[in-house]
Order: sequence, then structure tokens, then C-alpha cells
Amino acid sequence: MTFAAATAASMAARAATTVAAGQHGFLSPTGVEIAFLLVGLLTFGAAVVTVTTKQLVHAALWLVVALGGLAVEYLLLTAEFIAWVQVLIYVGSVVVLLLFGLMLTKAPIGRSPDADSGNRWAALTVAVASAGALVWVVVDAFRTTWVDLGGAPAGSTEVTGASLFQNWVLPFEALSVLLLAALVGAIVLSRKAKADTAAGGTKATAPRVPGSRDGEQDKEGVR
Amino acid sequence: MHLAYPAVLAALLFCTGLYGVLARRNAILVLMSVELMLNAVNLNLVAFDVWLSRAARDTLHSGQALTLFTIAIAAAEIGIGLAIVLAVYRNRGTSDIDKLRDTAEGHGPDDPDAPAAEKAEATA
Amino acid sequence: MTTTTLAFLVPLLPFLGAAAGLLLGRTAPGFVRPLAVLPTLASLVLAVLVAVRQGGGQAIDSHTELTPTGSVPIELGLHIDGFAALVAVLVGVVATCVQIYSTGYLHDDPRYPSYAALVSLFTSAMLLVVYSGDLMVLLVGWEVMGICSYFLVGHYWETPEARAASLKAFLVTKLGDVPFLIGLFALATDAGSFRITRVLGTVASGGLHHPTVVALLLLAGVAGKSALFPLHTWLPDAMAGPTPVSALIHAATMVAAGIYFVARLLPVFQASAAAMVVLAVMAGVTMVGSGLAALAQDDIKRVLAYSTIGQLGYMAGALAVGDRGAAVFHLLAHGAFKALLFLAAGVIIHASGTNSLAVMSRMKDLRTRVPDAFWTMTVALLALAAIPPFSGFFSKEAVLGAAEHVAAGHTEHAPGAAGWIVLVTGLVTAVLTAAYATRLWLLAFRGHGAEAPDHGRQPVVMTSVLWVLAIPSLAFGLAFGPLPDWFDGRDLTPVLTTSVLGTGLALVGGIVTYGAWRHTTALAARVPLGAVAAHPDADAGQVEAEAIATHEPAFGDVAQAPDPADPGRLLLGPLHRHAAVGFHLDTVYSVLFVRPVQAGATLVRFLDREVVDTYVRGAGALPRWLGTAVRRAQTGNVQTYVSALLAGTVVLVVAALLVATGA
Repeated sequence: MTFAAATAASMAARAATTVAAGQHGFLSPTGVEIAFLLVGLLTFGAAVVTVTTKQLVHAALWLVVALGGLAVEYLLLTAEFIAWVQVLIYVGSVVVLLLFGLMLTKAPIGRSPDADSGNRWAALTVAVASAGALVWVVVDAFRTTWVDLGGAPAGSTEVTGASLFQNWVLPFEALSVLLLAALVGAIVLSRKAKADTAAGGTKATAPRVPGSRDGEQDKEGVR
Repeated sequence: MHLAYPAVLAALLFCTGLYGVLARRNAILVLMSVELMLNAVNLNLVAFDVWLSRAARDTLHSGQALTLFTIAIAAAEIGIGLAIVLAVYRNRGTSDIDKLRDTAEGHGPDDPDAPAAEKAEATA
Repeated sequence: MTTTTLAFLVPLLPFLGAAAGLLLGRTAPGFVRPLAVLPTLASLVLAVLVAVRQGGGQAIDSHTELTPTGSVPIELGLHIDGFAALVAVLVGVVATCVQIYSTGYLHDDPRYPSYAALVSLFTSAMLLVVYSGDLMVLLVGWEVMGICSYFLVGHYWETPEARAASLKAFLVTKLGDVPFLIGLFALATDAGSFRITRVLGTVASGGLHHPTVVALLLLAGVAGKSALFPLHTWLPDAMAGPTPVSALIHAATMVAAGIYFVARLLPVFQASAAAMVVLAVMAGVTMVGSGLAALAQDDIKRVLAYSTIGQLGYMAGALAVGDRGAAVFHLLAHGAFKALLFLAAGVIIHASGTNSLAVMSRMKDLRTRVPDAFWTMTVALLALAAIPPFSGFFSKEAVLGAAEHVAAGHTEHAPGAAGWIVLVTGLVTAVLTAAYATRLWLLAFRGHGAEAPDHGRQPVVMTSVLWVLAIPSLAFGLAFGPLPDWFDGRDLTPVLTTSVLGTGLALVGGIVTYGAWRHTTALAARVPLGAVAAHPDADAGQVEAEAIATHEPAFGDVAQAPDPADPGRLLLGPLHRHAAVGFHLDTVYSVLFVRPVQAGATLVRFLDREVVDTYVRGAGALPRWLGTAVRRAQTGNVQTYVSALLAGTVVLVVAALLVATGA
């Protein structure tokens, strides 16, 4: 239904912008479009490698490429603040976190033949089907919509900051509380496990009574 | 620029992430795929924000603001997710998703000695 | 305290005693005996006080509505007239005697606490029936008595006879209670109230729409409770219970309740001549049949049980001729001497170690073993046979006099046919009653043969009670003078014709039986019989339980013994065989009701197991297969679940798109 509504809305929009968009055909792309297409191909390729490679660490590194490519796409769409945030947070911190995670769970370095589960073909079917449906709908809805990238940048730091702190202050503050909660939650989840293992360790050592140790020593002595 | 380019790219990235979520065995790789899906949505948000801020005189920049929020939430999600994966790994010695089958029909507890609290944590 | 408060306390005290007895029975055994005897005794004293204050004058009527019911109101009410006051005194006397007697009789019984509590509850329920001014509350007491009789008759539940007898008593009385309940509802719907005074007022003003139907429905319940002809079969079998319970059931509670109920609602029955004739026929058949059956019984308690049925027939006959004063007079007199008969029979069974008259007739000197029982039982048997000047004579003459009055043409209260039926059958029964009373006395106390086993001296609590009950058996008949003041005012003085006729016939019956006994007693020595449970140390209850349990293995039947020395066998001739088994009524019932029900149950079981269950199993099979199939999908792999979820989503979205775009 959402897609249907979007389609209907886009029909109306298309009627309004047909005149403007009529001048811009897909067979005569502008420079920005060519750049977007090339970077987009790179990003998609990197994403595909990320989800298919058999080397776990390589997956994380290809993820860096894909996310970086997306940052470039943001720049091409004149949303420069988002682009830098993307580089800082995703490329800078999230991927590093993921690498730490791989390291802490002792992920194998090098090719691991069982990186994909047995669900792979079902996953492929679902993914291709949904991709087909989405692309069909999106192309059908927006094939004539034209985005004018000229003029003042739509996502400069100034514009974004003004919008964020004029109109979006309350959600912004709420978000900070969410982040705090996530922080505390992550700490609790990690720490509790540690406390349990510590308790288990003491438990394991506690029942050792001198008698049994003597018995072991006796055995060793016999040996 | 035609809006179709970023929209199609976002759809493709989303489905790539979807495939990763469904097909990958390692929980951390699943988390990476989730990041891909989130970023596809972000790209959509940014592209539509740019279009609407020009075509419909939208002055709120809601798309960009939502993108920032999504990035923040994604960061929180990755932190919590990794903490859970770590906890599972400590309890079970593995982070493979298809080995965590506690909800299977007729599945008894693997280790009856394991404390209930840890079990609840592992399945959380 | 006002009379009303006292009257409320009368049924309440035994009830509290029963509750306390059940609660403390295990934890504090020392309190059980006081808790059994004292509340009953106190309630007797209060009942006497109430009777003195009421004094046969204006009826005390008090009621309070507990809660609105929306339709016909149910009220907690008292209605105490002369009948209620005197019957309550009788219930109190008998219940107290039974409780005191039981302390000795069941001295070593491990289940004595529950037994005593149930007897108290039984007493309380009967007192509730007697005092209640509301038919619904009366029904509560009525049904509580039913369940108490079930438990008490089944007191020796180790024996199969007791189990069967308790079930039979319960089922047969319930069989009558169903129409009884419907009759009560019909009565209350016509009267707009369950209160007895209102109901009687409605009847007096002719507001009863279907008097015959209502009266016959009520009669069914009365026949079940009071053991009248078609539904009397439970009473002889109820002898499998302990003797004090038999005394309680036969003398004061349970069977008296039915007669008392009819006496109270007599105008309802009088409104329908057909019901009165039916009642008269029931009474007549009951009297004669039970008299013949009593002559053939071997078990001393079964003889007494059939005699109870016969005396209840007299009471029902008095009601059928519209004289409730005579009926309740006979109820009171009979209550005293029948309780005495049963309690004395308990002593005799304990002393002789058997309940079989055939065995007792081969015992020497039983009367010197138990002199108290011998003398008191002689008094009670004379009262039963209606020999002047014992109490039974006066009360029975009152009944016969009333019947003669109606038969002579005074038919304003009852149809003349009822009068003739009651008069003729009553006179026939007088012969039979005297005959079986004589037979019982001769066989029990004039035996020849081996010495009776020595069970030591009987407990004082048991023998003293006998003498207490002997006083009213001897002298209560003289109350015919003041009693009309308490009742309807009808004269109860014996009429000369019926007195001479009745006494003469009774003497004939007695003498003929004596002659027969003299003729047959010589045979006794030649045919040895015996099954004696001799336990010098055991209490009476255990001796009796063993005696009941050994009667059938020893003689092949619970009711009769193959004894050629029995005068009843000579007197009845070819009839003896049928009379001993209650004229095959049980067999008839078995053919008519029990076997069809069992066959129906078998059929239903077959249909349920083979037909209905097939469908049920079939209906269950398909979901089970589906469930097995679906269970396979529950692999526990989250990725599979999400894949299926998303695939479904995609399909739905595509479908929605196609519909929305009209493709």
C-alpha cells in the first residue's frame, strides 16, 4: 500500500514536472550523473563482495569501501555534512568496532569455507525477488523526476545545523538519552558475563578440599 | 540529476544487505549486512531531502535530520549488537547464528547445568 | 429468651455439635463423646421447653426473608404448632437415647467420631424439617437426611451388603425426591410462596389449580422417604447399618419425616379425593404385605424393619382418612416403642453373637443373659401388637376408630372408599402384627439347645436407655386424653367396636402363632443350625457387623434361613417363599428398571466408544498430520524464519502493487 500510495503521488508529481524533466533524458547524462553512476557501481560492487567473500576480515574492509563510496554519493548530492558524518562514524568507528568484534570472537583469518549458512539459496531468492520488486517500483515511480542540484547546497553544515537546532532540538536531545542508554546497556551486557565467569571460576576452585588434593598427590607419587 | 539513480542504488544496496542478513553464518557479518541496509535507507533519505528541498520548498530538512538520527541509532545498535554477540560467544563458544537453535521444536536445553540467567542472556 | 430463639437453637445445636465433632474427631478424641451427647441432650431440653411454652395453643409463626430471589421468595421461617412441638420432643428423646446408646455400642469403633457427627447432623436435619415454616428450607433438611442415611447405612462399608444397601437407600429415596421437588414447585407457584401457612391459605380458598397432580407428585417423595408400598424396598436392606442407626431412622427421623410432611400439608391432599384413595391403597398394600413379609424374615432386624413399614402404613392410613391427629399420635407412640425394639435387638445381637432368629431359637437361656433387653422388649412387642394397656393399643385404636368413622359415612374429610380400605387392611394387619411379634418373642427368648455364648454384662449406657424408652412404650397411650388439645381437637379415645375387634384379632394372631410354635419347636433339635460370631472382648458394633457379613454365607440369603422349626413357615405355607424375599418386588424392579438401565448404559458405552470416538479420533487425525508437517519447519534457525517472513512480505507487496495499478 505504501508503494502504491507513493506511486500515485509520483504520478501527480510527474504530471507537474513532465515539462522540466522532458529535457533530461537517460541517454544524455550530465557529468554529475556519470560520476554518481560510476561511484554507485563501485559501492554496489563493494557491498556485494562484503556479503559474499569467504574471508571475514576482508568483508569488513570491503564494507569500508562501500560506506566510503556512499559518502562520496552524499557529496555528489550536495549533502556535505552528512557525508563527513558518514566518514567519521561509519568508516571511522563502526568498522573499527566490527573489526574488534571479529577479533574478540576469534574469527578465523583467511578463507573460511563455512562463511555462508545453508540458507543461502533461499536468501538469494528472497533478495533477488525483493530487488526486482523494489527496482521496478522505484523506476516506475521516479523515472522522470529531476533533482536540480544547482544553487545553494542543500546539506551544508550551516543549513543542516540551523535545521537541526531550530526544528529538531527535542528529538536530538531524546537521541542523546538513547545513546546513553545504549552505552550503559553495552557495558552491562559485557560486564555481567565477565562477573559470571569470575564467579564460575571461584566456584570451580572453591570445592577443592585438602583431602582430595592429597589424594591426587598420592596418585602422582605412585606414578 | 535523475532521482532514479540514487533510488535504484539504494534499492540494490538494501537487497544486498538483505541477502547478507539471510545468508551469512557469522553474527558479526550479519551485523555488517544490517549496516548496509541502514545505509541504503540513509541514501534514500538524503536524495529525497535534496529533491524535496528544491521542488517542494521543504525548509525543515527532515530527511537530513532523520539521516543523522539513523546514523546515531545505528551506532548504538552496533554497540549493543556486538555486546550481545560477545556474550553469546562467551557462553556458547561460537558466534554462528545457525547453531543457536534453542527455539527449535522438541529442542531440549543443551547444557542443563548452565544457569538460567545466562541462557536468557544468550537467547536475548 | 423468647420461644422463637429457643426454637431456632433446637436444630442449630446438633448441627454445631456435628461440625465440631467432624473438626475435632481426629485431633481431640476425648471431646467426641461429650460433643455427640450434650448438644443433642440440650436440644431435647429446649424442645421440651418450646413444647411447654407452645402448650398446644396458637401456632408460633416467625419468618425472615434472607435474600430476594426474584420470583417465589424463600424464607427462613418457623411454624410451630402442636404437631411440630411434640414431634420435636420425640426426635430429641430418640436421638439422645441413640447417642447415649452408641457410646457403648460402638465403643471401640475407629470411625465413631464421624458416625456420631453424622447422627447429630441427621438429628439436626430432622428437627429442621419439623420446625421449618418454609417448604424450601424443609426440603434442605429432607435432603440432608437422605445423604446422612446414605453414610450411616453404609457405616460397615467393608461388607458388600452395607455398600449395596446404602446405595439403594440413597437412590430409591432420590427417585421419590424428584417428583417431590416438582410437586413443591407446582404448589409454590400456585400459592406464590413457599411458606406453609400461605400454602394452606391458598388451598383453603381453593386457589390450587391441579390438586390431584400436586398431591400425587408429593406422595411419590413421601413414599420414598417413609417407605410406603412401591418405594419401600430400601428399608429392609438398610438393616445392614448399625442398630442405633436403624433405631434412629425407623423411630424418629427419615421415615417419620414423610408422615409428618403429609400431616402438615393434609389440606393439600384432602383437596383431591383421588389422592386420598391412592394414599389409602398404598397404606393398605404396605400394611398387609409388610405383615406377611415380616413373618418370613430370619434376621431379627429385618423383622423389625418390616414391622416399621407396617406401622407406617397405619399412619398413612390415618392420613388417608383425614385424621392427622391419629396419625401423629401413632407416630409418637411408635417412635418410642420402635426405638426400644431396635436398641433391645442390638443388645440381643451382641449377647447372642448372631442376628438370625433360627440360631437364637437353638440357644438356651438368652433371656437370663440379657434380662433388661428381655423385659423391655416384651413391653415393646406388646405395644407393637396393640395389646391394652400399652401405648400401641391406644394409638392404633385411634387410627382404626378414625377409619371406622369415615367408613360409617362421615365422609366430609375423606372419601368413604379410603375408610373401608384402611379399616379392613388395618384389621388384617392387626392379626399379622400380633403373629410376627409373638414369633419374634418366642424364637428369641424361648429357645432350646446349647448355652448362649457369654459376652459378659452389657454396658450400662445401653441397658439404662432401654428402661428410659420403656416408660413411654408402657404409658404414653394414656395421653389420648390431653393430646386432642395439641392437635386438631378430634377425639382420640378408643372406640368400643374397633377396640374389641382389634384386640380380639391380635389375640387370635398371637395364640395361633403360639400353637404353630409348639408344633414346630420339636423339630429345632433335629436340624442343627448355627453361625455365631463369638467375640467376648469386642464391642457390640463389631459383633453385629460380623453377624451381618456371615448370614449370607451361612444360610444362602440375607433374609431367610432354611429352618423347618420356624412357625412362620407353617403359618404362611406356600406363601413363605415369596414373603421372605419381599414378594419379589426387588426382582420386578430389577427386570423393569435396573436391567433396562444397564442395557442402555451398555449401548451408550458402545456408541460412545465405537461411534462417537471414531469421529473424534478422525477429527483429531488431520490437525495432527498438519501439526507434524508444520513442526518440521520449526528448525530453530532464525535466518530461515526471517527468509520466510520476507518472502511472504515480497509476495504480498507485489500482489498489492498489482491490484493498486490495476494490472
